[in-house]
Amino acid sequence: MSASKIVRAFYNDDDVLLSAVKTIRDNNYHIEEVYTPFPVHGLDKALGLEPTRIAIASFLYGCLGITVAVLMMNYIMIVDWPQNIGGKPSFSYIENMPAFVPIMFELTVFFAAHLMVITFYLRSRMWPFKTAENPDPRTTDDHFLVEITVDDVTGKLKKILKDSGAVEINIVDSKEH
Amino acid sequence: MYKISNGIKIFSLALILLGSIGWTYSYMESHKTLDQVKEILAHESSHGSSHGDETAHIEKTNEEHHNEAHESSHDNEHAEHVMHQIHNRPYAALYVAAFFFMMISLGVLAFYAIQYASQAGWSPVLFRVMQAITYYLLPGALIVLAIAFFADKHIFIWMDPDVVAHDKIIQAKSGWLNKSAFLIRGLIFIGGWSLYRYFSRKFSIAQDLAKDNKNFKRNFQISAGFLVFYIYTESIMSWDWVMSVDPHWFSTLFGWYLFASMVVSGVTTIALITIYLKSQGYMKFVNDSHLHDLAKYMFGFSVFWAYLWFSQFMLIWYANIPEEVTYFITRIEDYTIPFFTMFALNFIFPFLLLMNSDYKRVPWFIVMAGSIILIGHYMDVYMMIMPATVIDRYGFGLAEISALSFFAGLFLILVFYSLSKAPLLAKGNPYIKESEHFHY
Repeated sequence: MSASKIVRAFYNDDDVLLSAVKTIRDNNYHIEEVYTPFPVHGLDKALGLEPTRIAIASFLYGCLGITVAVLMMNYIMIVDWPQNIGGKPSFSYIENMPAFVPIMFELTVFFAAHLMVITFYLRSRMWPFKTAENPDPRTTDDHFLVEITVDDVTGKLKKILKDSGAVEINIVDSKEH
Repeated sequence: MYKISNGIKIFSLALILLGSIGWTYSYMESHKTLDQVKEILAHESSHGSSHGDETAHIEKTNEEHHNEAHESSHDNEHAEHVMHQIHNRPYAALYVAAFFFMMISLGVLAFYAIQYASQAGWSPVLFRVMQAITYYLLPGALIVLAIAFFADKHIFIWMDPDVVAHDKIIQAKSGWLNKSAFLIRGLIFIGGWSLYRYFSRKFSIAQDLAKDNKNFKRNFQISAGFLVFYIYTESIMSWDWVMSVDPHWFSTLFGWYLFASMVVSGVTTIALITIYLKSQGYMKFVNDSHLHDLAKYMFGFSVFWAYLWFSQFMLIWYANIPEEVTYFITRIEDYTIPFFTMFALNFIFPFLLLMNSDYKRVPWFIVMAGSIILIGHYMDVYMMIMPATVIDRYGFGLAEISALSFFAGLFLILVFYSLSKAPLLAKGNPYIKESEHFHY
């Protein structure tokens, strides 16, 4: 059974938003989505979202990065074209390792950072020229929006939202959305 | 109010007592005459051949060639060097331990001043722990300076007029490296640090009952001023008290490198003492987000330390200039295992252990990682002093353990004494509410 109405409650402060989210969830309403102009610390926990796995992905990308660096440097500097740099002939990777550490470090960071950002975009279904999903442009400026899906808008819900500090409440049919 | 427990008192006094007995014994033992040293050397070489395998045999024949090729005066010279190294060891062991605990205290002082100067909102609940740790700084630093003069040429060869007379490089540096300048500089550093510590503590306690923020503002001002003083004096202190044990060698980022060691051991000590106090039922206002932040600093400064350590190592390794590279050749060839263990303990372990965000909130995990970091940084100081004073006659024996135990006892008793002198919450700090509610 899909819910038929979407209630959009607007807030204008992140602390008010956080406590409102807690109240709404305590009253057993389902929060579909929250739109904020900036990241709000603790919002993921208040919403009961699963912990992010991006850190694990990032660690694996870092491992990939350091592996690529080692294989690449080993091929370029030792196997393919060994040179004598500063009286240190390149015949062994391990003996010349200190010289390769900066590159190993850089590629680890490069892989971890870029692949993590790309993963984040893919996971959030974002790509260039995509139309924005946020229902109200004010959420990019100074307002916070909580979207609640319900079958029927009751006076109780409205009261809860008003009491929690909402500055505006809009109700739309979910078909319109 | 925290009341110092009898357990802590007895434990630290026992450490002090055992440490002083052990060190005195090792000091007496180290007074070997030249003949005794020759005996030890003869015993050591016969010990090698008693295995009877092929390598020992080859060594033995080499040694015989060696004896044939050189006159016996060379043997005497070698025995004399070994004798000096044996004599130096108790002094060096004492100095390493004294410096290690002084360094923790100084690192905490800098970290504390940064909290004030940046008006950090998360940390004021930890201020009393930080102030207590810095209480050790004045006695600790004076002891380091006193040991430097007591040990004299046993640690700092530039203090030996005979050595300087035959050494052009040290002669050229003698405008800086001479005893009176060393003493004056040392007293200026200690005086400046202690004055800041004294006034900051005073203003912090006055702020507890104050109606306005006058004391807090003063603390902010002197902290900012102190940080400027600190970064110069810390750097100069690192040349004087540590780098000058190898008077021919120098590194331009040594001050930073030592600073990284200092601040990471300092933050670790703050975390360990806070966890201890929490386990005793004190400091209820410290939540796991505070521990998380301390652990983040432990992680971050460990990486920072590794960055500086490697920057120093790589440039010297790459340039391969003889007078610079000897520093690392001594350490890698004579100290292979401690050298690489130290790097693993200070970088690889903290890096892997503290990477996970959830683990940074688990007290026993922080204690484990923190112990590794402290052991690692003790070894780091050890690797700075020992190779210059005892060369390859090093070890972790009675002298080192006793010195460590003595200063650990002194450190604990002074820190916990200071903790018991003021309320554990700096309740007048204008950021204290923010800090108590700090959560991430």
